[in-house]
Amino acid sequence: MKSKLFDYVERDNLVFHLSGVTKLICFICLTFSVMFSYDIRVILSVMILSLIFFKVSGLEWKQIKLMVIYVIVFLLINFVLTFIFSPQYGVEIYGTKHEIYRFNSRYTITLEQLLYQITKLTKYASVVPLGLIFLLTTNPSELAASMNRIGLNYKAAYALSLTLRYFPDLIRNYQDISLAQQSRGLDLSKKEKLGVRIKNIMNICVPLIFSTLDRIELISNAMDLRGFGKHKKRTWYASKRLKRQDYIAILIAVFVLVGSICISVFINRSRFYNPFI
Amino acid sequence: MKKLFEFKTKTIVATGLGAALFTLLFMYVKVPTGIPGTDIQTAYGIGGFFAALFGPIAGGLIAFIGHALSDSIQYGSAWWSWVIASGLTCFLTGLIYPKLKVEEGEFSVKSAIFFNVYQIIANAISWIIIAPILDIVIYAEPANLVFTQGVVAAISNAVSVGIIGTLLLTLYSKTRSKKGSLTKE
Repeated sequence: MKSKLFDYVERDNLVFHLSGVTKLICFICLTFSVMFSYDIRVILSVMILSLIFFKVSGLEWKQIKLMVIYVIVFLLINFVLTFIFSPQYGVEIYGTKHEIYRFNSRYTITLEQLLYQITKLTKYASVVPLGLIFLLTTNPSELAASMNRIGLNYKAAYALSLTLRYFPDLIRNYQDISLAQQSRGLDLSKKEKLGVRIKNIMNICVPLIFSTLDRIELISNAMDLRGFGKHKKRTWYASKRLKRQDYIAILIAVFVLVGSICISVFINRSRFYNPFI
Repeated sequence: MKKLFEFKTKTIVATGLGAALFTLLFMYVKVPTGIPGTDIQTAYGIGGFFAALFGPIAGGLIAFIGHALSDSIQYGSAWWSWVIASGLTCFLTGLIYPKLKVEEGEFSVKSAIFFNVYQIIANAISWIIIAPILDIVIYAEPANLVFTQGVVAAISNAVSVGIIGTLLLTLYSKTRSKKGSLTKE
C-alpha cells in the first residue's frame, strides 16, 4: 500500500504549463471521441496523439509501472471473457463471416470477432495514457478550480478538492490503525480463515470510519465558522489564467471529437468501421 | 425536519472525506468472489452508510467520485458505465435519509429493514438495469456478458451494504446519545 500512486511532481514542460481547465476539457473530448467511435483507425490515431503527449509530459516509467500491469491483466481477462460469452458477436455486428479456425460449432475464430475484440482492446487501452497525463500533471488544488471554471457548482468542486486533500491522510490513518491492531495479535494474512479475516478487517475499518466521522464534524465546523458557502461565487488561490497554448490545445481536442463523430456519421454511417463489405 | 436534497457545509465535507474513504476501501479492502472484476467491495457498505447518514446527494457523489478516482489511480482511466451505476446506487439508497434518525441514537429493527429494502432495490436497479445498458451503449459489450456481471455485482454489493452498512449504522447509533435521554431527579 503506497500513497505514491499519484504523486504530483512539478516539471517544466508544455503539458505541465497548460491550465487544469484545458487538460480537463482535452481529457473529456478525447475520451468521448474514443468512447463514441468503434473505428479502429480513429482510435489508433487518438492513441498515437495521447502517446505523443505522454512523451512530451516527461512522466517516468516507474511512476506508472503498477498501473500498466493492472490494465494489462484487466484487458486480458475482458478479452477472454468476451470470447467465452459471445464468440460470434463480431459476426452479428459486421454481418459477414470469415472463418479462420474452428474448435466446434459455437467456438470459431472469425476475422470479424478478431476485429471487434482488438478494437475494443485498443479502445480501452488508448484512454489510459490520457487519464495518466491528466491525473499526474494536474495540481490537485488547481483541479477543483478548473472544475468550477467549466461550470460545476463550487461546493461540489470543493468536495472533490477535500477528497484529494484527505486521501493521503486517510491512507496514513489506515496504516496506523492496521499496524496497531496487528501488534495486538490481529491476523490479516492468509493463514487465518476467510470469515475471521473479514471480521479482522472490520476491526480496522470501524475505528477508521468513526475517526473520519469525528473529523467531518471538526472540519465542517471550522468551515462554517469561516463563513464557507455564504456567497454564490468564490475565487480560487490556485487557478491559472488561460494562455494562447491553452486555446490551441482545446481547439485540437474539439477538432478530434468533431472529426471522430463526423467520420462515424458521414463515412462509416454507423459507430462501427466495417471493412468486410 | 430533514430535507432530502439539502447541501450544507457538513454535507460537502462528508462528501469529500467519504469519497476519500470510499476510494481507499475500494482499492485495498475487498473480498474476492471468483469472478473477475466483481469482488465483494466493502466500499459499498461505507457508501450506503454515508448515504443513510448524509442524504442522497452526498451518497451519490461519494460513490461517483470515489469509484472514478480509484479507477483512475489503478487503471489510468475510469470505466464510466460502472462509475455512473455506483453513484446511482448510493444516490437511491440515500433516499431513505429523511426517514432515519441515526444521529439521534435511534436505529430500530424496523429502520434496519427499511434501509435494506431501499438498498436492495437501489442495487437491483443500478447493476441489473443501468450498468449493463450503459456498457452496451458506451462500450458495445456483448449483452449476455454484461448482464451476468451485473447480476453478480448486484448480489455482492447488496450483501456488502446489507452486512457492513447495517452493522455500521447500528454501531453508530449506539455512540450517539438519545434525544430526551436525560431525566430530572
